Amino acid sequence: MAKKVAVVTGGMGGLGESITTKMADAGYQVVVTYSPSNTKYKSWLDEMKGKGYAFAAYPVDVVSFEDCGAKCAQIQKECGNIDILVNNAGITRDMTFKKMTKNDWDAVMHTNLDSCFNMTKQVMDGMVERNWGRVINVASVNGQKGAFGQTNYSAAKAGIHGFTKALALEVAKKGVTINTISPGYIGTKMVTAIPKEILDSKILPQIPVGRLGNPEEIAGLIIYLCSEEAAFVTGANISINGGQHMY
Amino acid sequence: MQVMDRIKEEEKATAVGMSPVARRVVFVTGGMGGIGSAICRRLALAGHTIVAGCLPGYERKEEWLGAMRKDGIKVHAAEGDVANFESCASMFHNVRSIVGNVDILVNNAGITRDSLFKRMSERDWIDVISTNLNSVFNVTRQVVDGMTERGWGRIVNISSVNAIKGQFGQTNYSAAKAGMAGFSKALAQEVVKKGVTVNTVSPGYVETDLVMAIRAEVRAQIVASIPMGRLAKPEEIAAVVAFLVSEEAGYITGANISVNGGMHMM
Repeated sequence: MAKKVAVVTGGMGGLGESITTKMADAGYQVVVTYSPSNTKYKSWLDEMKGKGYAFAAYPVDVVSFEDCGAKCAQIQKECGNIDILVNNAGITRDMTFKKMTKNDWDAVMHTNLDSCFNMTKQVMDGMVERNWGRVINVASVNGQKGAFGQTNYSAAKAGIHGFTKALALEVAKKGVTINTISPGYIGTKMVTAIPKEILDSKILPQIPVGRLGNPEEIAGLIIYLCSEEAAFVTGANISINGGQHMY
Repeated sequence: MQVMDRIKEEEKATAVGMSPVARRVVFVTGGMGGIGSAICRRLALAGHTIVAGCLPGYERKEEWLGAMRKDGIKVHAAEGDVANFESCASMFHNVRSIVGNVDILVNNAGITRDSLFKRMSERDWIDVISTNLNSVFNVTRQVVDGMTERGWGRIVNISSVNAIKGQFGQTNYSAAKAGMAGFSKALAQEVVKKGVTVNTVSPGYVETDLVMAIRAEVRAQIVASIPMGRLAKPEEIAAVVAFLVSEEAGYITGANISVNGGMHMM
């Protein structure tokens, strides 16, 4: 059987790297998209090649509907139909609301929320026609609980799950599932760069499990959601946060 | 005044049928629509000064103001496009010069552009995200600094049951309305020590012109899906808003209150 094709946006980031490598290990043909402004894509691809991963990679401006359309068409032509989409690309522009500019708001809305429309729109008809598909939208615990200094990010990430549930209803009978996952603090390079005393005194005490999540744990959840066994899971928002926020 | 003193005074005042002690300036976006009108009426009866927002050149503005006046309700109108940041800035500049600082903001303006995701255009998506979600940034930005500086404020964001449960044909609307709740919770944390509360109200199906325009048999199907077996009255939504902006509700922040007749419980 041909490998299923999985597109992971923001596939070279902290979470993205774990998602792409573990999905490749799990037998998916993984296509990585990265921001056109990413200057390190070549060295990342070389590093991955050194580890035995030959990823197809495409620069995609997820903020642009047109670019998503053009690149997804190219991907389908060169790699085959897209069966799985992981909307993982995201940015932060943290700032108290008091100081937040319209640009800070717009940038986060475009990259984190509108991008889900822009990318999903390109692949959904094909999934429905072939009667199989998986879309996994990566949100955040901060979309669920709200975070000081993240009115933009919390709004965008909460919005993602509204989108997930509505679309899940529309395609529920077509073999396509749409789910949200909401990670808490994960030990990506970004988080482990936080000084140890702040991690120990401020962040870890909020997490009942008492540690950061591993990126591999996020990847494991995504692989489960892509599986046949998970076909009845749709419109769900799965928290993966070590007990930091339960509801 | 301490919190308990303010609550006690308000209890006393309402017990004898008087208006509340504190008269506030209220701004309701989309204030001339079905739910918006009910909110304006309710908060005007509570003794507050009301400003209803509407789109520039809104053709039914005078008619609406006339109807309010006829019922003895004094309200102001302000024109602005909530989807446009500059338009909001100049609208609130005008509002401040006429009625002073806004103490209570109800983000109620919203539109629908329903269509299946399969057929939804980028325009349908952008219009709904801009008017229903970006508007919350554009409008709140104009008033929140004043609220924190004065140490008192209420922000109520009107979302929807369809944000909580998702709705077929409304990927754009469900996303925008769910986003509002994320925004509310984050902003609630930032201003929690400044006397400002930020909450979300999520109505189910309400007896507005919009809903009453739905074909009778389709409406009957909707009603059949509501455990309470009826639509909400706009006044019932207004009552929740009136409670949330009262002194008594000062400890409620970052909450999302469902008002949906049992349609979706969580």
